[in-house]
Amino acid sequence: MSQAEMTLPGHSPAGHSAAMEKPAFSIPAKKMAMWLFIIADTATFAGCLVAYGFLRNATPDWPRPFESITNVAVMTLILVTSSLTMLFGIDAAKMGDKAKALRWTFITAAFGALFALLHVREWLELIGQGMTLFKNPWGTGLFGASFFSITGLHLLHVTGGVIALVAVGLRYQGGRYNADDLEITGLYWHFVDLVWMFVVPLVYLLNLKH
Amino acid sequence: MAEGHVSNVKKYVVVYVVILAIAALQFVIAYSNISPSQMFARMLFLALVEGTLGLLFFMHLSENRGLLWFVVIFNVFVLLAMQYGWTDSFRLINGVPWAK
Repeated sequence: MSQAEMTLPGHSPAGHSAAMEKPAFSIPAKKMAMWLFIIADTATFAGCLVAYGFLRNATPDWPRPFESITNVAVMTLILVTSSLTMLFGIDAAKMGDKAKALRWTFITAAFGALFALLHVREWLELIGQGMTLFKNPWGTGLFGASFFSITGLHLLHVTGGVIALVAVGLRYQGGRYNADDLEITGLYWHFVDLVWMFVVPLVYLLNLKH
Repeated sequence: MAEGHVSNVKKYVVVYVVILAIAALQFVIAYSNISPSQMFARMLFLALVEGTLGLLFFMHLSENRGLLWFVVIFNVFVLLAMQYGWTDSFRLINGVPWAK
């Protein structure tokens, strides 16, 4: 009996039809893979934020330098709206409207790119005020280290997400990917948005200058 | 694919508006005159509400209870396990470098 025959239903050496096993949680394997990645990445961000909490709590001279919340508010609006536009795109893809799905996917990517640009602009402003990874003019150098590492990790995820959205969008357009693939990429994008919902209050709003 | 799918656009817009409203509330709380621990608790609570809405409706976990429990239980366990450092964090405030 050949290896190929042994893997067919009813021909497995273990006596059960391994090829016909029900997928975990009744979702395709590629979606499960994305969920497992999201769970792992949640632990990564949680580790960073919890460690930031430990440091902030234990450091008496923790600075509170943020004067204006306008930029953060605009960035939050852009990212949450991009999640909505992603949902519009997936909805259109599932309805079979390929052109509409593509349009919304690329709008989502554009919002992501705008978010990244605003974030870099904010970084440049803070660096211009003297803030680095190791020191700043307001207090402990740990502030810069934690701020840049948490927001930098998030910015990296946003950038990767924008690239993924464009790549998957183009392949969806070419017929290589389908609505399911778009939805799986959307899951990652929503995750990036969810992380931002925790970063804003814990890193920005709790460090507002009163 | 098109035959079985019902559009949920209205639901998404409602959830989006609610999430934005919660975010706005966080910005208001940031300027209120309350203690840091109170502010932290309120911010974290609101962030959890936002995150839950995003998980349930944007990421469609409300449609798959088994997967929802898998994600929640695993993440809660990992988050709780990470909290071991608070004793050290509070000990450092008092300036005690090493355990006696």
